[in-house]
Amino acid sequence: MSADPPGHSVCIVVLIETNALEKRYDNTVTALADLTVTVEPGIVGLVGVNGAGKSTLIKLALGLLAPTGGRIRVLGLDPIADGESVRARVGYMPEHDCLPPDLIAAEFVTHMARVSGLPAAMARERASETLRHVGLYEERYRRIGGYSTGMKQRVKLAQALVHDPELLLLDEPTNGLDPEGRRAMLDLVHRIGSEFGISVVVCSHLLGEIERICTSLVAIDAGRLLRSASLSAMTQHSDLLMVEVDENSDRLAALLSESGLAVRRDNRALLVQLGEDPDTTYDLIRDAVADLDLSLHRLERHRHQVADLFRDLPTAEATHV
Amino acid sequence: MSDRNTGVIHDIGYQRYEGPRLGRGYARRSLLVHSVRGAYGLGRSAWAKVLPVGILAIACVAALVLVVVNTQLPVEVIDYVGIASTFTFAATAFVAVVAPELVSVDLRGNVLSLYLSRPLRRSDYALTKLAALATATFVMFTAPMLILFLGMAFSTDDGISGVLAEFGGLLLGMLAGAIHAIVLAAIALPFAALSGRRVFATGMIIGIFLVTTPITGALMALSSGPGAQLAGLINPVFLLNGIDAWLFSSVMADVGVYGPIYGLVAAALVAIGTACTVWRYRKVKA
Repeated sequence: MSADPPGHSVCIVVLIETNALEKRYDNTVTALADLTVTVEPGIVGLVGVNGAGKSTLIKLALGLLAPTGGRIRVLGLDPIADGESVRARVGYMPEHDCLPPDLIAAEFVTHMARVSGLPAAMARERASETLRHVGLYEERYRRIGGYSTGMKQRVKLAQALVHDPELLLLDEPTNGLDPEGRRAMLDLVHRIGSEFGISVVVCSHLLGEIERICTSLVAIDAGRLLRSASLSAMTQHSDLLMVEVDENSDRLAALLSESGLAVRRDNRALLVQLGEDPDTTYDLIRDAVADLDLSLHRLERHRHQVADLFRDLPTAEATHV
Repeated sequence: MSDRNTGVIHDIGYQRYEGPRLGRGYARRSLLVHSVRGAYGLGRSAWAKVLPVGILAIACVAALVLVVVNTQLPVEVIDYVGIASTFTFAATAFVAVVAPELVSVDLRGNVLSLYLSRPLRRSDYALTKLAALATATFVMFTAPMLILFLGMAFSTDDGISGVLAEFGGLLLGMLAGAIHAIVLAAIALPFAALSGRRVFATGMIIGIFLVTTPITGALMALSSGPGAQLAGLINPVFLLNGIDAWLFSSVMADVGVYGPIYGLVAAALVAIGTACTVWRYRKVKA
């Protein structure tokens, strides 16, 4: 996961930069208030509950909405004043259904590429290539109306990607997908961010889901910034060991606590703070398990501390799944 | 096994695009071409082709019949402007079917959010769709005229001068067709853009054309002189026939000295229809 993807002719330092950004609807509903955040290249997870202001931030970045206060810059440009050049360099995958049912997917994506400014022959070529990249092969010659939800999501992603944007804005790309489809979609987003070298901002209300693929996270709640940091910085000092035994985990927890380790329960497993001296911690766990004559199912490093950092998010899904 | 395969597909991975990005004007042209094709159901399902292509086919068959009638009878029964006038009723049906096709699908399916996240502006979308409807309707008028022209040009007795005379008539007819197409499109599209439901939109447009027809008919029958000559202003079809009478001396309508008023009303309708369409798309959620 390189934070500075290869293949960029221009080195972009900052993708999205907001300063005291505010958006009110009809002067009554406040969607964003005093949001100051800097989004750097990479795969950026934008997390928050439904209605936190994620979609509003995306639409402000595209220049589809005008801010009621503050400032936003995308790729160094003002999305309202320089809307055309911003939108030519950005790809957008909306949250909701947005595909015409009676068009053939290949035709539709070609058309969208042309509206983005690609010459006809190039548009056709890139459309079928992009559809192949998102996993639609022969199906691309069928009507979108007959597609499954998973295939429609792939077409939505393809139309956002077809003109080779510098920045991809994905609003809840896993919406409506089953677990297998979610994993496939997230793997795809990860490939786009790493192999393709396109920076991605991916919105989700499921932190546990997107933290796996992101290089940094921005959490907003009720239109305000909760926290923003790179993922490595967030998890650096908080390495945990996940210990799973078949039974008697209570006694193991007690024994480990007596040995001076910080132990926390997480469903059936125990999370043990790795501490300053990892080797000693490993030894202590090994000895404790042996002493209690338990069978050890799992002992691994656990990076899911991010969920703890976002404990403030009032959603059950924000914790590790 | 793979050694014997000559056609090996290499996954060369993702390719960056370094070529030109053609901007807003090109985006508008692309949308125009896409919409005109879509109006005739090209690139869409077979059912989408039935009505627009059917209406066009009927118009063309009618034109063939007219060629036969025109060439067999001693007097010419219809000219090119006459086609524009008589086919206006068919064109209203065409517009009522096609206008919702052009805008309702995008409204209902939220496709607009994909357009607006590209270099197109809201007004670009609205005006391009209007132009697309006018262009598709113009094709509706021109195809039977071309058939009539081919038929007449091949059967003329006056050699090249006869062909040139026919060609002059064709140009006048196309001008009339263009005026008809623009006025009909400007009336129909704002109504189509109101509803994401195609059926409602089609119903509304047909309603406007149908409800006003008996009113005009009654006024024409009941009054005489100026009253009858101005009654045509109420119904779009009679209005257009009135314009033909004013500009091209068509015999389809009697407008007396009020021709310019017909012209003004038509111009006002186009302006209002265009403004309403643009205004409507300011309000649509992206």
